[in-house]
Amino acid sequence: MSYPTSPPARRRPKLAIALKPVLRVLTITRVMLSVYYAYMVEYRAELLFWVLSGTFPLIFMGIWAQAAQSGQFAFDSVTVVRYFLSVFLVRQFTVVWVVWEFEREVVEGKLSPYLLQPVDPVWRHFFSHVSERFARLPFIVLLVALFFALYPQAFWVPSWGDAVLSAIAISLAFCLRFLMQYTFALLSFWTERATAVEQFWYLIYTFLSGMIAPITVFPETMQAIVLWTPFPYLIYFPATLLIGEPTDIVKGILAIAGWSLIFLALNRWLWRQGLKQYSGMGA
Amino acid sequence: MMARYWAVLRLFWGTAIAAELEYRLNFLISTLSSLGSLIGSLFGLFLFYGSGYQFQDWSWEESLVVLGIFTLFQGFSATVLAPNLNKIVTQVQEGTLDFVLLKPISSQFWLSARILSPWGFPDLLFGTIMVLYAGLQLGLSPWAYLSGVPTLLFGFLSLYSLWFILGATSIWFVKIYNVTEVLRGLLDAGRFPIAAYPMAYRIFFTFVIPVAFLTTIPAQVVLGQGQVAWWIGSAGLAIALLQISHLFWRFALRFYTSASS
Repeated sequence: MSYPTSPPARRRPKLAIALKPVLRVLTITRVMLSVYYAYMVEYRAELLFWVLSGTFPLIFMGIWAQAAQSGQFAFDSVTVVRYFLSVFLVRQFTVVWVVWEFEREVVEGKLSPYLLQPVDPVWRHFFSHVSERFARLPFIVLLVALFFALYPQAFWVPSWGDAVLSAIAISLAFCLRFLMQYTFALLSFWTERATAVEQFWYLIYTFLSGMIAPITVFPETMQAIVLWTPFPYLIYFPATLLIGEPTDIVKGILAIAGWSLIFLALNRWLWRQGLKQYSGMGA
Repeated sequence: MMARYWAVLRLFWGTAIAAELEYRLNFLISTLSSLGSLIGSLFGLFLFYGSGYQFQDWSWEESLVVLGIFTLFQGFSATVLAPNLNKIVTQVQEGTLDFVLLKPISSQFWLSARILSPWGFPDLLFGTIMVLYAGLQLGLSPWAYLSGVPTLLFGFLSLYSLWFILGATSIWFVKIYNVTEVLRGLLDAGRFPIAAYPMAYRIFFTFVIPVAFLTTIPAQVVLGQGQVAWWIGSAGLAIALLQISHLFWRFALRFYTSASS
């Protein structure tokens, strides 16, 4: 007997089976991104205020630009202005709020229906964050354009290499920050104040990430210690890449990867322990 | 009239504190947070002074006075402003503002004074300690501290009025939690003397958002740099802003259409 069409027919399902998980992931990604993008765009006024509330680096920009004019620091005012504008940008792209949403879901029992779905609930939060970046983008572009209109001396265009590298660094920094906050969020299985942990962590992040000053102005020993923590890689590292200042790229990427692994392990362990603990209150 | 408001205020704050004291762990957390933020602020200031730079003619101790007053403002907003005014949003969203409007008492008073949260107390304490410490180093007389009190109180009043005006916009926009975040972000400029900023910033923080009147001017009064003029200036600003906030609230209420109607 001959089956002339059988070999290709057999091959096609094989390929389809092999591709199926990939296709499924792609579909989920596309659907979640578009759904959450639609959600986010609905609250444009709110989004604008969110963008504006990130003015913290701009305050420090002014004060450091003034200080740099005295010539007592190792940088000139234009570099400082560019640095803090980059800090502003990096912050805009790495804002994370998953702990507040997750805590509410656990306390109100809203997590239960999500647990029944065949997708880990984390992806919901992750994609809502990612699509919010896109909804925020027009405001950021406008603000940056306004900034350069007011202060044209600071205008610069990063080289292609720097732009690509800093885009990668910003994405990695976002992932690490998301992972850290999601790990703290999992504490809400045990306590109703998981946000307090995050707020305390955020405090340290504010002062050690390079948001208030470039790490290079820290005292020597302080610098050495801080570079072992995850904080400078969340802001200082991508920001210096963006303005084209010399930085140790390999070390930066390795540090982000290392801290991500630590938090990933902790995160998965807490998730398994937490689900045993979770009682689905109110649901 | 005054006696009635006073009695109501005592009841408001008594019940609010009793309710908050059920969560004693929060108090520990907020003490730790304000200690951490204090250390961070000091570190931020040290980065400038550590290398021999100084803000115009502000010495380290004089800048500490500003930072101390800034910490007092943080405490004030955590104690009174944030808990009350975030509630306005909820009231408007759920339509419970109706019940407030029906009460035989100023609705602005009710909305602004309903809750007192002890979470800001650590900041108030640390701010006072910092001002006193810096004052001791500078050899200030008790009279110097006292002379700063009126400007500080007027500063509180100005900040409250600004915050209330923003809160009142909730009548139109409903969800405006972030508006107060924007204001809070701008107030962060108050942790340093206004002289530390470039010219454009100074103009903005004096005439657009009067941050200079909140922290730098009380500090200048405490340090004995011009008193009567600043008293008059900060009093004028506070009274004007308070009046504006009151008129604005009356105006906003005309647009309030309860949640269910």
